Amino acid sequence: MEILVCVKRVPDTAENEITVRKDGKDIVRDDLVYSVNEWDNYAVEEAIQIVEDKGGSVTVVTVGDGDSEEVLRREMAMGADNGILLKDDAFVGSDGKGIATVLKGVVQKGKYDLILCGAQADDGAGQVGGMLAALLDVPYASLVNSVKVIDDKKLKVGREIEGGNQEMNEITLPCVLSIQTGINEPRYVGIRGIRKVASVEIPVLGASDLGLDAGAVGKAGAKVKLVDYFVPELGAGAEMLEGSTEEITEKLIELLKAKGGLK
Amino acid sequence: MAGQVFAYIRHHDGKAEDSALELVNAAKKIAGGAAVTAIVAGSGIDSLCAEMAASYKDVWKLDNSALAYPNAEVIRKALVNILPANAVVLVPHDTFGMDLSPGLSIKMGSPFVADIVDVEADGDVLKIVRQEYSGQAHTHVECNMSAGAVINVRPGVFQPDESKSAGGSVTDKSAAVGDLTCGRKYLEVVAAEAGDVDITKSDVLVSIGRGIEEEDNIPIAQELADAMGAVVSCSRPIVDAKWLEKARQVGTSGQTVKPKVYMAMGISGSFQHLGGIKGNPFIVAVNKNPKAPIFQVADVGVEANILEFMPSLTEAIKAL
Ligand SMILES: Cc1cc2nc3c(=O)[nH]c(=O)nc-3n(C[C@H](O)[C@H](O)[C@H](O)COP(=O)(O)OP(=O)(O)OC[C@H]3O[C@@H](n4cnc5c(N)ncnc54)[C@H](O)[C@@H]3O)c2cc1C
Repeated sequence: MEILVCVKRVPDTAENEITVRKDGKDIVRDDLVYSVNEWDNYAVEEAIQIVEDKGGSVTVVTVGDGDSEEVLRREMAMGADNGILLKDDAFVGSDGKGIATVLKGVVQKGKYDLILCGAQADDGAGQVGGMLAALLDVPYASLVNSVKVIDDKKLKVGREIEGGNQEMNEITLPCVLSIQTGINEPRYVGIRGIRKVASVEIPVLGASDLGLDAGAVGKAGAKVKLVDYFVPELGAGAEMLEGSTEEITEKLIELLKAKGGLK
Repeated sequence: MAGQVFAYIRHHDGKAEDSALELVNAAKKIAGGAAVTAIVAGSGIDSLCAEMAASYKDVWKLDNSALAYPNAEVIRKALVNILPANAVVLVPHDTFGMDLSPGLSIKMGSPFVADIVDVEADGDVLKIVRQEYSGQAHTHVECNMSAGAVINVRPGVFQPDESKSAGGSVTDKSAAVGDLTCGRKYLEVVAAEAGDVDITKSDVLVSIGRGIEEEDNIPIAQELADAMGAVVSCSRPIVDAKWLEKARQVGTSGQTVKPKVYMAMGISGSFQHLGGIKGNPFIVAVNKNPKAPIFQVADVGVEANILEFMPSLTEAIKAL
């Protein structure tokens, strides 16, 4: 099975305090720790497991800048066979549809049976996979937490729905799936693995290579416009307990007693 | 002039979900005074449609055995066939809305904005508030809705409209759904497995998130829970890492809990996590990031490293 996995380099929200720039144009990006989007890492692992079982190859692709190459190499160190970087000034400022349009271009240059992406990334929109499927006119399933290959035309996929219940579907290939965390246990990538793929060539493709009209993507094509980042007027929020640890625990214990939190 | 505004009604077992009445208020902010139309798709949905007509001026009924289970791929086809090209469609941002809406927007040729927490209409321009980076940053987003739009609304942020004063009517659009064949076939729902503890039964929960850092640190939380007479629950990453079983996960894709006291230890406070906490418990949040969104919903907060704070609290409780 030939599998394409779409990945994104994102600031790691578990590692960073995100702050908004004074001019509101962006978040403060100096000193941010970046990594591959959590959901995408599960998608790559799933692709590798399918290929280990059924044969074929895994290609990872990202729409990004020069720095994005590092996440492609990381996922190749995990076991993806090929990487493709989609980079062009024309892509900058794309909305979800713009990114999906760029990805459609790369899908049509290859011959993939299955396209995976993460269920969502740093902007929490979870839109690219569903848009890509609709642009390609292939079936889609989101929030997938199990994949079983039935034959070379069909998969059985589980979707995670409310309450931890699982919705089982049969889906025809080719198709696009967005992968939910927890579907597998992504393998560990060591420094040695990364070194091994350090010099593998990663092709860089731009709008003209993909046969894209530059006006359909990037800022020019975006119908959804990010106006600014801002810090909202916050409500009162929690009463913050301050003082020495002893003072804090003492105060907290009083409150817990009053609220029925201690037996 | 923007098109007609629609609200997609989620339901199961013949009952509308909470989002159905929340969308009344979200839609009002977009439609202004114009009537809003509810879309109810399913099979055998007459009483639900009648119920929705109390809250929406018009209800479009899509009754078809192929719609008995809400397979988003099938429903998308039906919607594309019945909706006017410039429809402004509101959908809850839940596991169905995430499945449906991105593709629907492509097929409708209209812009899509996911997971909105507020909205205002300025003529044909929608001015939207969203969050990024797990709620750590807010954004203003704009799109023009004159050619239609698909908007996913975060569940729980708009107040439900309980007035039931619309006095609406039901229009049967079932005949117009068209060809519903598609490449994804729904098979069945497999119910979540029960765990060895039922966190929904506990009045006090010590809930741990990614801030617990390592599996080996879980006993620190267990000791605090033991001292308090509480049960340990958790956020999703702890289950994804297989450190605790799925039955201990609080949130929209886990358990819904109604404790008296909820101790959120190293949990950032994503809406999917908070969606599982009901009944207005007393929430204590301990987090090393003073800007963590959890502090906006907690009653009491402590800025601290949980790996140091929890043992101190345990000792102090034991010493009582
Ligand atoms: C469809 C869908 C369904 C989902 N369902 C659920 C669900 O049911 N339940 C759920 O929980 N999530 C769910 N999620 C995931 C959710 O979006 C968040 O990713 C998740 O809740 C984050 O968990 P967390 O707060 O533990 O981790 P993070 O967001 O990484 O937060 C960790 C927090 O710990 C703090 N911290 C780190 N170290 C320490 C320390 N030593 N001491 C003190 N504080 C520390 C950090 O400052 C941070 O605030 C779902 C997501 C999707 C897309």
